[in-house]
Amino acid sequence: MSIIIKTNELKKSFTQGDVETHVLKGIDFEAIEGEFITIMGRSGAGKSTFMYQMSLLDQPTAGDILIRGRSVATMGEAERVQFRLNNFGYVFQDYALLPELTALENVALPLLMQGKTKKHAYIEATASLERTGLGHRLNNLPSQLSGGEQQRVSIARSTVHKPEVLFADEPTANLDNVASEIVMKIFEELHTAGQTIIMVTHERQYAENAERIITIDDGKIVKEEKGKHR
Amino acid sequence: MKPRPARIGFYLALRQLQRTSVWTTGLIIFVMVLTFLNLVVVYGILVGLIQGAVDQTRVQYTSDVIISSLQDKKYIENSPNIVSLIEKVPGVESVTPRYREAALLEANYKTRKDTDKPNTASAQIVGIDPIREQAVTGIAQYIIEGSFLEPGDYDKIVLGHFLLSQYIPVQSPAFQSLDNVGIGTKIRIKVGEVTREVTVKGIIKTKVDDISVAAFMDDAQLRSLIGRTDGNVDEIAVKLEPGVDPTTVRDSILLSGVGEFAKVQTYEDAQPQFLKDIIATFGMLGAAFSSIGLVVAIITVFIVIFINAITRRKYIGILKGIGIHPRAIEYSYVFQSMFYALIGSAIGLGIVYLILVPSFLANPIDFPFSDGILVAPLNETMMRIVLLVVSTVLAGFVPAWMIVRKNTLDSILGRN
Repeated sequence: MSIIIKTNELKKSFTQGDVETHVLKGIDFEAIEGEFITIMGRSGAGKSTFMYQMSLLDQPTAGDILIRGRSVATMGEAERVQFRLNNFGYVFQDYALLPELTALENVALPLLMQGKTKKHAYIEATASLERTGLGHRLNNLPSQLSGGEQQRVSIARSTVHKPEVLFADEPTANLDNVASEIVMKIFEELHTAGQTIIMVTHERQYAENAERIITIDDGKIVKEEKGKHR
Repeated sequence: MKPRPARIGFYLALRQLQRTSVWTTGLIIFVMVLTFLNLVVVYGILVGLIQGAVDQTRVQYTSDVIISSLQDKKYIENSPNIVSLIEKVPGVESVTPRYREAALLEANYKTRKDTDKPNTASAQIVGIDPIREQAVTGIAQYIIEGSFLEPGDYDKIVLGHFLLSQYIPVQSPAFQSLDNVGIGTKIRIKVGEVTREVTVKGIIKTKVDDISVAAFMDDAQLRSLIGRTDGNVDEIAVKLEPGVDPTTVRDSILLSGVGEFAKVQTYEDAQPQFLKDIIATFGMLGAAFSSIGLVVAIITVFIVIFINAITRRKYIGILKGIGIHPRAIEYSYVFQSMFYALIGSAIGLGIVYLILVPSFLANPIDFPFSDGILVAPLNETMMRIVLLVVSTVLAGFVPAWMIVRKNTLDSILGRN
């Protein structure tokens, strides 16, 4: 198994007026292909910020990110967008579905952007939704779905194009226990199928589903432990 | 497989339009329709006021081609030959030669005391062949009292309504008219030193000054009055068959050498310069008013798209986050703007050409100097549609571009 993501001395700080806040204070990290990693930490510890840097949604202040050995520091915005489309999938805490698109259309969007035909994209999107148990909700708008269902649509969208890494930012934070269990079960299935997953969570019981749990505090990795999933 | 931002943009735009509020879409399209009407109708009516006058002069007086005497000549020399030559030019339907002479009209001269002010008016006497004139201008239909001239009508005259005080809306010392004259009244006409008494047979009313301040009589009688026996006339109006280009006929008449004896003009050439200036000025005014409407529409679309993009900033961030090309997002707003402009223009086109133009033709605006119509040539209307669409697309693109270029993560998280 090869290293898929590696960070060296990753730093991120925000400036507001004269005040500079250092959120990440030099993180060295490696994710192996096929790993399921959870990032934990208290609120404001920097776990989401760390994930945004790795997933190319944000740019670090210092340090380097290597994806399959290639530094992303020199990537322009257009290249980063294209890279995200082809290599990453995202699950957000608030589902982040487009309200005017049906479940099927939301899921098909990355495939259409990749240049696939509508027919092809819809076939793959249907299959992806069926994998998350939403084959009967294809033509529903997000407003017609429950929170758990919306998050499953979001997972279907994030995996439909078979990304190298699936990033999930607090995917169960807005869900009840039942819905959370369903979502975590889907993650486990994806991982079993070989999907690399990096998930931010503050819920210990779900973090333990991963192979590796890292804890961030005050902008640094302070603890690394193994999860239940081996 | 190559990503196609325009395709995704269209996909997103279509769905946003399909699933957005019908009222919002309806309101924007309504604004677009009003803007289109502002662009086309305001300009069209302003120009149409003058165009009505031009059209009336063409139909009632100059017809399609008008031949008049040269600047330094009293009349058109060799007129009889010129008339026969013109009648043989392909595309010519009918021809009416006219005599024109300045005259003084006087009424109530029998009852007037020496101390009374003479009841006189200056006029152009126009000598016509009633049959030929009717064939070219259909002038008899404008008679409002009495009847029009018939061939051989001797000692009869038809007066333009502005020569009679009862038809002049304002009394002006500069504008002489005859008092107490109606059908059957005898008046005296004086041409040079020759005076003749004639009876008023009819009163004609149009909005063409060349007719409303003229007096018409049989050409044979006017010839005898002015003592012209050679058949040379002062002007010849030429009516063409439908669809024949006046310029072509004018050029072929000139080619046959008529230009040596007379001035040959199309009805457009014969328009006085002031009329051309008024048309140009009204055109500019119309364009100015329309521009204001266009700016209002641009601002409206800008605000609508800007608010839409601002409120959807999070979703724009998500789209970028999951790898949708920023240009695809911009395209989606461009397509939406284009949709509003095209639908607005299509509805506007229907209103203009199916409702307004026929209505104005059937019921022209009654202006003192013309019957105002709505001038909306299709090619100019199409130009205005292009202008509206381009402006609207720009108004839609700019706010989308402004929002799309914001930091992706800031947009997703709603950070400023």
